[in-house]
Amino acid sequence: MSTSTQSQPAAAPQRGGEYLLEVQGVEKHFPILRGAFFKRKVGAVRAVDGIDLAVKAGETLGLVGESGCGKSTTGRLMTRLLEPTGGKVILEGRDISHLGVSQMRPLRREIQMIFQDPYSSLNPRHTVGSIIGAPLQVQNIKTAHGQKREVQRLLELVGLNPEHYNRYPHEFSGGQRQRIGIARALALQPKLIIADEPVSALDVSIQAQVVNLLDDLQREFNLTYVFIAHDLSVVKHISDRVAVMYLGKVVEVGPRDGLYAEPLHPYTYALLSAVPVPDPDRRDKAQRERVLLTGDVPSPIDPPSGCRFRTRCWKAQDICAQEEPLLRELQPGQTVACHFPITTEERSGKGAQAARAAAAEIPVAASTDPFAEPIA
Amino acid sequence: MTMGPVTSKSDEQVPSVEEATSTPPGVPAKAIEGRSLGQIAWTRLKRDKVALTGASVIVFLVLVAIFAPVINKFLGHPINEFHQDKINPSLGGIPEPGTWGGISKDFLLGVQPVTGRDMFSQIIYGARVSLLVALSATVVAVILGVVLGITAGYFGGFVDSAVSRLMDLILAFPYLLFSIALISVVPVTTAWRIGVVVGVISFFSWPYIGRIVRGQTLSLREREFVEAARSVGAGPTRILFRELLPNLVAPILVYSTLVIPTNIVFEASLSFLGVGVLPPTPSWGRLLSDAVNYYTYDPVYMFVPGLAIFIMVLAFNLFGDGLRDALDPKANR
Repeated sequence: MSTSTQSQPAAAPQRGGEYLLEVQGVEKHFPILRGAFFKRKVGAVRAVDGIDLAVKAGETLGLVGESGCGKSTTGRLMTRLLEPTGGKVILEGRDISHLGVSQMRPLRREIQMIFQDPYSSLNPRHTVGSIIGAPLQVQNIKTAHGQKREVQRLLELVGLNPEHYNRYPHEFSGGQRQRIGIARALALQPKLIIADEPVSALDVSIQAQVVNLLDDLQREFNLTYVFIAHDLSVVKHISDRVAVMYLGKVVEVGPRDGLYAEPLHPYTYALLSAVPVPDPDRRDKAQRERVLLTGDVPSPIDPPSGCRFRTRCWKAQDICAQEEPLLRELQPGQTVACHFPITTEERSGKGAQAARAAAAEIPVAASTDPFAEPIA
Repeated sequence: MTMGPVTSKSDEQVPSVEEATSTPPGVPAKAIEGRSLGQIAWTRLKRDKVALTGASVIVFLVLVAIFAPVINKFLGHPINEFHQDKINPSLGGIPEPGTWGGISKDFLLGVQPVTGRDMFSQIIYGARVSLLVALSATVVAVILGVVLGITAGYFGGFVDSAVSRLMDLILAFPYLLFSIALISVVPVTTAWRIGVVVGVISFFSWPYIGRIVRGQTLSLREREFVEAARSVGAGPTRILFRELLPNLVAPILVYSTLVIPTNIVFEASLSFLGVGVLPPTPSWGRLLSDAVNYYTYDPVYMFVPGLAIFIMVLAFNLFGDGLRDALDPKANR
């Protein structure tokens, strides 16, 4: 599967070097407004709160995390559907953080998006032909054989019948609709595709088909993906590198194999331990001792001080509440933001059981109240 | 790879289960050609007898209005011909009592008091004025309402507050008083007057459409296809009029057909109050207003134009209701 990092064409961009897309300390705070006539800001939802990520050309970066951790917001910041409130988004060495609609238009040929919900991402009043043709029309691209032929080529490419050019989205199933969305993203021949949970709304059997389609397309067109998902198995299947997010922060980034085999952040560890192993014979060996986290994710309006995971972490100490851990490279290519990363002993046998027991004992109140006493 | 169900088999070879269900093998694609939402609505509308009745009455009235001169030639008398012989000056200008307003084979709907003009020609020419004023006022109101509503809904923030407050302001206005005041001061020529009446009616009826469009836009703009359009580089104009507007066609159509009868009544009210279209242009509202002096002697004068207004308004309302049922995908009939 591994679509090994293909070498970038010789003409590398002037700045930013090997990275196709970089986000540097990017933030998105949604203001909370009150008042009938004159809105005043009473707070902010810190959906994404200072994250650094870099995507190499040709690779697939998986972005995982639980609901509400800011992974979709990150995807929308990368495609500049949202304007960051802080930090930078850099596409091929060019800062695109605050470009306007018309300045952004030519750059949109490089970066496209596949959306989560195939039922709401296609305009119900447009035919498939005009949905897939829209990018060509907006970007004013003349194709050799006319727009209709180009759209039919794209339909064929994603495994749909080109005869269905004149049909409406409501005549297609979820999986077929998602293929239409993929064809639309491919229309501009982008280098980078941000896939925002492209398969989570689909049946499991259809998920596999769509994931394989994405894989094939990547190989054929040398695409770069940022694959946002909460399904760890799907991410493991498709990604070269994986970034784990928690409450608006990246807590761990690493190569897929390393991160799945030896998670360093306690959150990653807990997340991975929850992945079910379908084969009952392998369950004992493959399944980690499950670490069940107690409580809920704290509110992003008022996140905990220091390390954001400390309210649910069984390893948290005083320093975790006082000092925010920065991303450190502990294994080659694997960086983690934690004061007390998981050690080798903790990963198996007694250590894992102890971790499980410790995690279960954290009082629920601690995780909901960000200002609770630091956990000793 | 630990993922069980995912095999490396390519999709192109296995044309997917879903594909097979929508295109059964052996059946040519043409045979199951999909229907657009408009076609689906049309088949539903065709089944609705009440709406069809409304629609045929509307078509009939529109034809009557268009061909008023032709119809009048055969069934009526020239519009400004005075038939003083049909009225009795000693009775205050009304026809002989017991003739139901002078209805006869020659004068199908009777004659007007005092002037002795043919009521039938007044009514069919009045249909012209009613429809012309109501339809053009509705067109102007719909354009205003759609443009302002969609803009307010999509952009939100300051634009939304400004437009919404403006709509509240207009809706809270005592519109009849305002109309009387405004129309009394504009220059008095017939063509002008119709334009002013249309302007006043549309000014007071666009907020109804504006509100509905704004509300629908608010929910539509959160749909992912709007983001998809932005992600391919579409600007706000394209998003508003190419992506959002087609999704608003159903509520706009339905609401327009429901605003038309309101506007017919509005025009009639203005004419009734003496600030509508000017005499000698016939108007149903003014016929009603003229009847006020005579209805105690002969109620037919009030009955005829009243019935005309009633039929037209009812027809538009029934058709509008049917259209709403046909276009609403959640309607289960």
